[in-house]
Amino acid sequence: MRYLPKSPSDRATMLDAIGVASIDDLFTTIPAEYRLTGDMKIPRQMGEQEIVEFFRAAADRNANGYASFLGAGAYHHYRPVVIDAMVQRGEFLTSYTPYQAEITQGTLQAIFEFQTMICELTGMEIANASMYDGSTGAAESVMMAARVTGRSHIVVANTVHPEYREVLKTYAQHQGLPKRIVGYGADGRVDQKALEAAITDQTACVLIQSPNFFGVIEDVAAIAEMAHAKGALLIVSIAEALSLGIVRPPVEADIVSLEAQSFGVPVGYGGPYCGVLACKEKFVRQMPGRLTGATVDKQGRRGFVLTLSTREQHIRRERATSNICTNQALVALMTCIYLTIYGKAGMKELAEQNLAKAHYAAQALGATPGSKLLFAKSPRFHEFVLSTQEAPDAMNARLLEHKIIGGLPLAKWYPELRNASLWCATEQNSREQIDIAAAVVAGKQAATLAYA
Amino acid sequence: MATDTLNPAGVTSTETNTTPFVGERRKVASHINQNEGLIFEKSSPGKKAYRLSPLDVPAVDAKALLGDLAREDVGMLPEVSEIEIIRHFTRLSTWNYAIDLGMYPLGSCTMKYNPRVNELVARLPGIAEAHPYQPESLSQGAMRVMWLLQNCLKEITGMDAITLQPAAGAHGEFTGILLVRAYHESKGNPRKKILIPDSAHGTNPATAAICGYQVQNLKSNSEGMVDLAELEKLVDEETAALMLTNPSTIGVFESEIHKIADVLHAKGALLYMDGANMNALVGKTRPGDFGVDVMHLNLHKTFSTPHGGGGPGSGPVSCKKILEPFLPTPVIVEKADGTLTFNYDRPQSVGRVRMFYGNYGMFVRALAYILANGPDGLRQTTEDAVLNANYIRKNLEDLYELPYKTATLHEVVFSDRRQARNGVKTGDIAKRLIDYGFHPYTVSFPMIVPGALMIEPTESESKEELDLFIDAMRQIAREADENPAIILSAPNATRVSRMDEVGAARKPVLRWKPDAAVAPASTENSALEPATAAKEY
Repeated sequence: MRYLPKSPSDRATMLDAIGVASIDDLFTTIPAEYRLTGDMKIPRQMGEQEIVEFFRAAADRNANGYASFLGAGAYHHYRPVVIDAMVQRGEFLTSYTPYQAEITQGTLQAIFEFQTMICELTGMEIANASMYDGSTGAAESVMMAARVTGRSHIVVANTVHPEYREVLKTYAQHQGLPKRIVGYGADGRVDQKALEAAITDQTACVLIQSPNFFGVIEDVAAIAEMAHAKGALLIVSIAEALSLGIVRPPVEADIVSLEAQSFGVPVGYGGPYCGVLACKEKFVRQMPGRLTGATVDKQGRRGFVLTLSTREQHIRRERATSNICTNQALVALMTCIYLTIYGKAGMKELAEQNLAKAHYAAQALGATPGSKLLFAKSPRFHEFVLSTQEAPDAMNARLLEHKIIGGLPLAKWYPELRNASLWCATEQNSREQIDIAAAVVAGKQAATLAYA
Repeated sequence: MATDTLNPAGVTSTETNTTPFVGERRKVASHINQNEGLIFEKSSPGKKAYRLSPLDVPAVDAKALLGDLAREDVGMLPEVSEIEIIRHFTRLSTWNYAIDLGMYPLGSCTMKYNPRVNELVARLPGIAEAHPYQPESLSQGAMRVMWLLQNCLKEITGMDAITLQPAAGAHGEFTGILLVRAYHESKGNPRKKILIPDSAHGTNPATAAICGYQVQNLKSNSEGMVDLAELEKLVDEETAALMLTNPSTIGVFESEIHKIADVLHAKGALLYMDGANMNALVGKTRPGDFGVDVMHLNLHKTFSTPHGGGGPGSGPVSCKKILEPFLPTPVIVEKADGTLTFNYDRPQSVGRVRMFYGNYGMFVRALAYILANGPDGLRQTTEDAVLNANYIRKNLEDLYELPYKTATLHEVVFSDRRQARNGVKTGDIAKRLIDYGFHPYTVSFPMIVPGALMIEPTESESKEELDLFIDAMRQIAREADENPAIILSAPNATRVSRMDEVGAARKPVLRWKPDAAVAPASTENSALEPATAAKEY
C-alpha cells in the first residue's frame, strides 16, 4: 500500500524488537470470535489514476456547464486562485489544532487576522475562530443567549433559512427552550407587530436573518429596540456574508452569526463551510468555540495563543458552553485570504456588482408575462422572489433545456408561496445568462448557452 | 553557531547551553525563517490584489436602492497587493509544524498522512461547484459518492445504517446520543442518565449534557478498563446508554466488550462507541459485531482528511437497524431504477443537525482514501499503526513509567512519574520534544493517568522516523536526570518561546486595532524579530 512507509524487512525487524512472532500476536486482546478473518466487502485497492477517473466520472454526472441562479444559503462567487495555492501548503493543510503555540504561530496569526476582519465587517467587538457553519452557529448563538440572559424563551422569524430553523429545533428540543415563530408581512420582512407581541420578559433572544431567506434586508435597528426593551438579546444571522460589503452592518445586534461561505469557499454540494460568531465583548465568556488572543512570549515578543479555553469541553466537560471541539480552521483561512485579496475597496466594488446584477435580473424576470416580483419595494441584496404563472418545477424544466438552473421553488417551506421561486444573481451571472433566462421564462424562443 | 540560535535570550550560557543537548539532535537543524507582521500592518490605501470583470449590466446607485441601509465604509480590511499576500501567508505557513514535515505522536488524535489525490478530486469542478439544491437529476454523481462512502463505512463498522450529516466528531456524538434518546422516547421513556468512564474525552460528558442527560461517572478498574461489577451496579432502567471509547484512551481493547454490551442490553440501555480510536480496529474487527449499537467516526482521524489546523472535520454516525428510523433528514435512498434520491419524509427522525448534507468535501476525500487502500490496504494500515505504537512502547518502557501494563493497540500511555522527581513534568517533556523537531504528544490526558504522555504514532511513520522519535525521547529522559533546566526552558529552538497564556486570558486581546492595542511589547521587537537572530549576526 503506497501510503505505508515500511518494507517487509522493516516490519520483521520491528516485530522482532517487540518480541512477538507475528502481527496477529499484537491483536490477541480482541476476542477471537470478533476478529475478522477475511476481507471487508469494499472496493479493491485502486491506483491513483483509477481514483481520479472514478471521481471524474462522478463529477461528469453532476451539473456541468450550467448557469445557475440558485442561492438560498450557498452562493457561487468567483474564487481567486491564490486561495487554493495558499491553503494547499502542507504547513496549513496538514497542521494540527494550534494548542502548541510555539510551532503553530502561522495558523494562530491567520485566525487572529480572521477574527479582526469579521469584527470589522459585522460591527461587533469580538469574533471567534469559526463554527461548523451558519446553521449550527445560529443554534449555538441561541443557546449562548439563553446562558447570558438566564432566560429560556426564544423568538424566531420564519424568514430565517428553513434549514437553519430545522437545526435550531433539533438543538433546542432537549434544552428546554420554548420557541415562538413569527411570520412575515407583505413586504417580505418579519412582521414587526407580531414580533413585538411575541417578545416577553421571558424572552432570551430574538433570532432574525438579514438579508433574510427571501433576500430582503430587515430593519435591524427597529427589531433591536423591541428586543432590548424587554431585556432580550438580538441575534442576527447572515447567510450571505458578501452583503456586508454594501449593506449596513447589524451593529445594534448583540450576537451576529455569520456564514462566511461566500468568501472564497466552494459551494461544494453544501460543505464544508465556515460559520462564525461575533458579539459584544461583554459576552465573551459565554461564547462557544475557540478564540485566539494576542500575548507575548517569555522574551516579550508578540505571539498568539488559543485562549479562554476554560469555557470549553476539554476543561469543563458537562458544564462547557458547548460540546464543540473542532472548528473550521482551514475554511476560515480561505475566507481570511479572500478578504485580504478583495480588501476594503474590493469588497465594496464586488458587493455593488452583485447588487447591480440582481437588480437587472429582478427587473428582467419580473417583467416577463404573468410574472411578478414579490416584496418588490423592499431593500434587497442579490436574491429576490419571483412569482410566476407557471409552476416553478415546469419553468425550471424548460430552463434546464437551455442549460440554466432556475430559482429555488419555495412552496416546500412556504406553502402560501405556491408559484414562487427564490433567485440569486452574482458577479458570476452574465447579462447573457440573465437575458436568456428571462426569455425562456417568458416562453420566447431563446438561445441555449454555448459554453457547455 | 547552533548554540547561539538555541540559547534563549536571558539564559546565561554558562549554566545551560554550551551543550544545549545531552546528545545529538538528529532530526532537525535551525534555519532562517522570515519575519512577518499582521496583514493590517502592511496595508496602505490604493494597493489592490483584485480586478473585477467589467460590469455588463447597468450600474446601480446603492443609496437609491438601499437608502439608509447602504453601507458607506466596509471597515478596516487590508489593502495590499497579490505578491504581498502570497508572501504573507507563505511566511506564516513556515511557522507551523505539520504532518508533511514530520511525525505527530498525538494520542487519540490520529494524525496520519493526508494524500494529495484527495485534494485534487475534491476540487474537480463538477464536485466543487455542485450546488446543494441543484436538481437531483443533475447531482447523481455527488450522491453516488455519498452512497458508496456510506456503504463502505457501514461495512467497516459492521452497522446497518448511517448518516454523514454531522460536521465533526463532537457533532457526531451529539447526533448519536439524540438517536439514543429518540429510541428510548419511542419506547415511552427517554431515560435520565448516560454513563461515561472517567477516562473519556471531554466531549462525551458535554454531549450528554446538551442532549438533556445527567452524566454518571464510571470509574475504571485497576487495568484502566471498564469495571464490569461497577457497571452492573450502576446500570438500571434510567440508564440510556454507556458512551465508551474502544480501544480505550490508554490504547487497550475492552476484552469484555460483549459482556459490557450484555449488561446494558439486559436493562434496555444502549452501547455508544466513540470512534476516535477506530484506527486500531479497521479491517481487524467491527464494532457492530461486538455489540455496539451506535458510534461515530472521525473522517479527519481514521480516514485521512486533513486536520487543516483545526477543522473542518466530519463525524458520520453509523448504527443498528433499531436506530435507523431516527436518523437525521434527509437520508439517501436508491430507487428501483437505480437512481438516488433524498428522502425527507421521516416522521421519527431526530431532525436536522446541519444544513444541507454535511461536510461533503470531506466525504470525497475519505472515499478517495478508502479506494486507495481497499480491504487489504486498510487492514495493513491498522496493523502498521499497532506495530508502530508497540515498537515505541518497547523502546521507551525502560525509561518512562508505564502505569498500565496491559497490551496496547494503536497508542501507548506513559506517565512522568520518574522524571517528575527531578521537577520535569509531562508538559515540559512535550515542549522539549519541539526542540528535537517533533510535535508534542498528547499531554495530561487521559485523566486516569496523572502526568500522562499519550503517544499515537499512526501507520504513517517509517521505522527511521520512529527511531528518531525514540532517540529524542531517550535523550530527554537523560536530560531530566542530568540537566533538567534545559527541559524546563524548552522550547528553545523555536521563533517564539512559551507564551504568557495567563496574561492572554486575563486581559483578552482578540482582535487587532490600529491604535496599537496589539502593539509589540517593546519597540526593539517591532519587526517581531527573534531575540536570538540579533545575536547570530
